[in-house]
Amino acid sequence: MTAKPTVNVSSSGSSTALRGPAKLEVKDFDLFYGSFQALKKVSMQVTERRITALIGPSGCGKSTLLRAMNRMNDLIPSVRTTGEIVLDGKNIYAPATDVEALRKRVGMVFQRPNPFPLSVFDNVAYGPRAHGLRNRAGLRDVVEKSLRSVDLWDTLKDDLDDDALTLSGEQQQRLCIARLVAVEPEVLLMDEPCSALDPIATMKVEELMQKLVEQYTIVIVTHNMQQAARVSQDTGFMLLGDLVEFGLTERIFTRPTEKKTEDYISGRYG
Amino acid sequence: MSDHIFKQFDKELKALKDKLLLMAAKVEERLSDAIRALVQRDQELAKRTTESDRDINRLEMEVDELAVKMIALRQPAARDLRFITTALKIVTDLERCGDLAVNIAERAVALNEDEQLKPYIDLPKMAGEAQQLLKDALDAFVNGDADKATSVLERDQMVDDLFVQIFRELITYMMQDPRTITRAIGLIFVAKHLERVADHATNIAEQAIFLAKGKDVRHVHTT
Repeated sequence: MTAKPTVNVSSSGSSTALRGPAKLEVKDFDLFYGSFQALKKVSMQVTERRITALIGPSGCGKSTLLRAMNRMNDLIPSVRTTGEIVLDGKNIYAPATDVEALRKRVGMVFQRPNPFPLSVFDNVAYGPRAHGLRNRAGLRDVVEKSLRSVDLWDTLKDDLDDDALTLSGEQQQRLCIARLVAVEPEVLLMDEPCSALDPIATMKVEELMQKLVEQYTIVIVTHNMQQAARVSQDTGFMLLGDLVEFGLTERIFTRPTEKKTEDYISGRYG
Repeated sequence: MSDHIFKQFDKELKALKDKLLLMAAKVEERLSDAIRALVQRDQELAKRTTESDRDINRLEMEVDELAVKMIALRQPAARDLRFITTALKIVTDLERCGDLAVNIAERAVALNEDEQLKPYIDLPKMAGEAQQLLKDALDAFVNGDADKATSVLERDQMVDDLFVQIFRELITYMMQDPRTITRAIGLIFVAKHLERVADHATNIAEQAIFLAKGKDVRHVHTT
């Protein structure tokens, strides 16, 4: 079945229906791993300064779609794509795209916190250094600003030389977000950012996302449907490579139009 | 609708549905009793019916408790969420209908003490219609039948028309002979209570449509 995503905000009771401009647009996007088609004619809009959640069972293609948004899939040799993903009006799959510059604008946070085995300071300064920032005062400013944006500065300001690997899981994940923020991206892609964290740490990262979305556009892949319901404004439900339904989160979780979405979010799938 | 992966949730949903059905059955029975007590001038039945809504009230509390528990523990979504939240609303309508049955029985006790004003013909007819609406609304709700619910909304007019008819007829009695006023007003109250039962049935029918279609049909003329 090829149910087209309905970006329909006309349903009654959708008071938060004001949509901003598109930051990322996925247009008729197919992705193949060799002969296996992992994404089938996916079309959707990621709206600026909103959190868009992608949900669906394992193997539905949600992480593949997320990774396609900053061309992380390029690292896999057998990957082939058709269609477009448009960032601020430009197709990121166009041959002229500078992939490194793209990944600076569209950064990713992973499932397991993956700080470098370096100090807290050097973790955050890594990106800016790689992009050519050398002077100590400038780096220090970026590190402070980035750590503040993830609410780690007050805790860690006297321990910036500590090994990042000694931090708690939640702090490590915050540090990874700070490392990303340090290169001033525009879009944050989060692939199961809380699945290695306990419930309280999860809530803290969710709260952080609410703060970050004032400045960034966020796309999150999550297995936790309640998390999608809590943090996102838009939700897409994927199944076997299809984007079955896409719309306002509050509508998807109260009045989904597709039976497959209904079955999945009410715990009847499988 | 297929089953939940988590079976306990299905059991709770069924328990909630069963409680609502049981409540509705009791309300129907009490309404029948109240009207029969009036029409057959059965004072014994009338008095018994005035104190008979305790089990309905208890069921209301049980439905509330179960629904809140399910929201807290099961994080329902989509249709399950709509079922539980609408159950919380219609339980109030059902409880009110139970109160109205008691009100009718109280009127019957007073009316039965006096000489019968006139043969009761339209009142039992109205009661039958109102009860049928309530039954159909509940059926539509538990079966997710939007068509049946829509027919309830349409048929409410019949009950309203019967009320107007009964009201007019009783006014003529009162104008002709002021000694009928007490009894006529008593009967008008009974008719008004039945008209309210039908209104509660339409509330339930509206919730049934929301449950089935996710579409709010309340107050459409006001927006």
